[in-house]
Amino acid sequence: MIEFHLDARSGVSPYRQIVDQVRRALRLGLLDEGDQLPTVKDVVGQLAINPNTVLKAYKELEHAGLVAARPGVGTFVTATLRDASVVAHGPLRRDLTRWLAKARRAGLDEESIEALFRDAFRASVEQDIA
Amino acid sequence: MTWLAWRQFRTQAAVVFGALAVLAVIVIITGLQLRHWYDTSGIRTCSAVNDCDTATSAFTQHYKWLQTLLGSVLILFLPAVTGVFWGAPLIAREFDTGTYRLAWTQSVTRTRWLGAKIAVVGAASVAASAVLTWLVTWWSTPFDLISQNKFDPTIFSERDIAPIGYAAFAFAFGLTAGLLIRRSLPAMAATLVGYIAARLVVLAWIRPHFAAPLHATAALQPPGPGSKLVRPPGDSLTRPGAWIVSSQITDPSGHAVNRIAVHPDDPCVATRTCLTGYHQTISYQPANRYWPFQWYETALFTGVAVILIGLCFWWITGHHLRPTRRITTASAQPTTPQATAPASVR
Amino acid sequence: MSTVLQADGLGKRYRRNWALTDCTLRIPSDRVVGLVGPNGAGKSTLLNLAVGLLTPTCGRIDVLGARPARGPAELAKVGFMAQETPTYSGLSVADHLRMGAHLNPSWDRRFAADRIAQLGLDPRQPAGKLSSGQRAQLALTVAVAKRPQLLVLDEPVASLDPLARRQFLQGLMEVVAEQGVSVVLSSHLIADLERVCDHLIVLVASRVRLAGDVEHLLATHHLLTGPRHDRLPADMQVITASHTDRQTTLLVRTEQPILDPSWAVEPVGLEDLVLAYLEPDSHDHGRPGHLIGVPR
Repeated sequence: MIEFHLDARSGVSPYRQIVDQVRRALRLGLLDEGDQLPTVKDVVGQLAINPNTVLKAYKELEHAGLVAARPGVGTFVTATLRDASVVAHGPLRRDLTRWLAKARRAGLDEESIEALFRDAFRASVEQDIA
Repeated sequence: MTWLAWRQFRTQAAVVFGALAVLAVIVIITGLQLRHWYDTSGIRTCSAVNDCDTATSAFTQHYKWLQTLLGSVLILFLPAVTGVFWGAPLIAREFDTGTYRLAWTQSVTRTRWLGAKIAVVGAASVAASAVLTWLVTWWSTPFDLISQNKFDPTIFSERDIAPIGYAAFAFAFGLTAGLLIRRSLPAMAATLVGYIAARLVVLAWIRPHFAAPLHATAALQPPGPGSKLVRPPGDSLTRPGAWIVSSQITDPSGHAVNRIAVHPDDPCVATRTCLTGYHQTISYQPANRYWPFQWYETALFTGVAVILIGLCFWWITGHHLRPTRRITTASAQPTTPQATAPASVR
Repeated sequence: MSTVLQADGLGKRYRRNWALTDCTLRIPSDRVVGLVGPNGAGKSTLLNLAVGLLTPTCGRIDVLGARPARGPAELAKVGFMAQETPTYSGLSVADHLRMGAHLNPSWDRRFAADRIAQLGLDPRQPAGKLSSGQRAQLALTVAVAKRPQLLVLDEPVASLDPLARRQFLQGLMEVVAEQGVSVVLSSHLIADLERVCDHLIVLVASRVRLAGDVEHLLATHHLLTGPRHDRLPADMQVITASHTDRQTTLLVRTEQPILDPSWAVEPVGLEDLVLAYLEPDSHDHGRPGHLIGVPR
């Protein structure tokens, strides 16, 4: 069972954050087909947000075909976003960790690392489009 | 609701009724003792005035402290105490602490809420005074038989059933004060003042007129040989146990006087005619009116209590507030059409 | 859609002051409604009118289709938590639950006992000895255990520390999720309400300045920045405006998209939106295009 967290300052609406976190969990394999999402009561009891927000998020996920609500029981995952590439996650993560260590040894602080990454990421996306 | 009314009240009830229980034990033990002494003192059978005087004055020395306590102190205070400490804060306390906002939003109407409180605490107030009055009346019976002055204004207020009316009135007055003033301490003070004022007013101006007093006149008699005291004929004009409401001495020409001045050298001293032509006029209530008066007094105070309680019920259901004027939606153009967006589409 | 609360021209006067003026509202059901405004704006007055503790001076108010507190049936449908959370300080926690059971036919004993146990409250402790957070939780339990259709809470978290505040709101949201009850709660801090409310009412100086679903309000209010304009756009309602010598910043309300390219359009956060309506010079009603200058 996953747990949600809310970043009140991020400017992203709470329901959007929940949808994104479910999608991320599905992508990373933290949620599998048949797993139950936390009940609305549990989510609001932990985050102190309006239950309609959670309902809206679950409804959108249901609309996207990712989950299905079973009345009286709960909401369950029906599809994953995992693809074959998940097997590459392990080695890629290790490479990334090594690269981060190298960047720190070179003297970059956290802000610079993030800026460098974003810049390179954006450049590569633009290159792909072009 | 009765549960809540009792739960809020139980400590105060325990204190007072506990004290009454202790008092009852004392009263019953000493009262039985007194009755025994009374029976064996020979007061019942005495005939000669001097013998009676000695026997009675010896008897009245018994339990002098208890006579004062029971006769004057407790029963004077108890109705006032229950009115001030039970009646006044009953509602005022809920306003003070704001708990009325909790009580009035449960699923009981304010009428039922008030009714339960009155039933529990009001009944307890009246019962406490009833018990105390019965104890005092029973205990004082020997003394009252001797002195024959139950109709005396202060003693009248402390016997039989009158204090029950006082207790009901004090409670109702306190309740009303608490409801209108909405603060405990001022309501308690107002209750004390109101109760004392009511008692004094009735005592001085109303009770004497429950029934038209009777009148009697008698000439003043010179003192008997060897005695310097002038015995007012009033005592013998009326039978013992009467209440002398007012008494007036008139001179031979019919004018009311306060004093009769006699100089030792006056010629009338020798002839014992100084008091000739002086009369005493009294207005009185005969002893057989004692019990009707007890009922009148109790009914008066209880009647006012009932009216006050009715006033409280009327007040608490909000009837005193101006009824709302209905504004039909056709005529009321909301002046903030933009600000009050009706149920928005989700 | 049904309304839980309906007010028409509602007004309340104390002696010479009008605590609430010309209040017209339609609050839909199944919402958590936030009532926000500065101290003395009339929030408590409105809530007390809604539960029948006050009677209107003029106008009318209906709650769940009936006059508030008309009878035991109406009283049972509305749960109330008053400001400062009054409780009977001499009565224990368990006594408060017993009181609730005696005074409310619809009382759910099991729920109340479970909730108290879950909160970790000692049933024998007198309410006067509880912390303010615990008292608030007790009062909420008493209000909720009778299974009302509407919960009215008057500044429930005003005097609570941040942890107690969060715990209270968590508990409240759990109840809403479980029982589907509508809630109206007031606060003078928008931060308390942002997370939980999906419908907002702004009350300033005894008048309603703004009312609507939060989603709709956020979608229809925009922050416009652009070069200095002395004439304001005629096609949208300007709430606040400020000017420097070069730049104009407007908070506008409009249902239409903004097509004028000279304006940079940004969304407005809820807190900023409410603050704009709390300003005394803000323009909450009237013809669009009217110029308001608030030099900063």
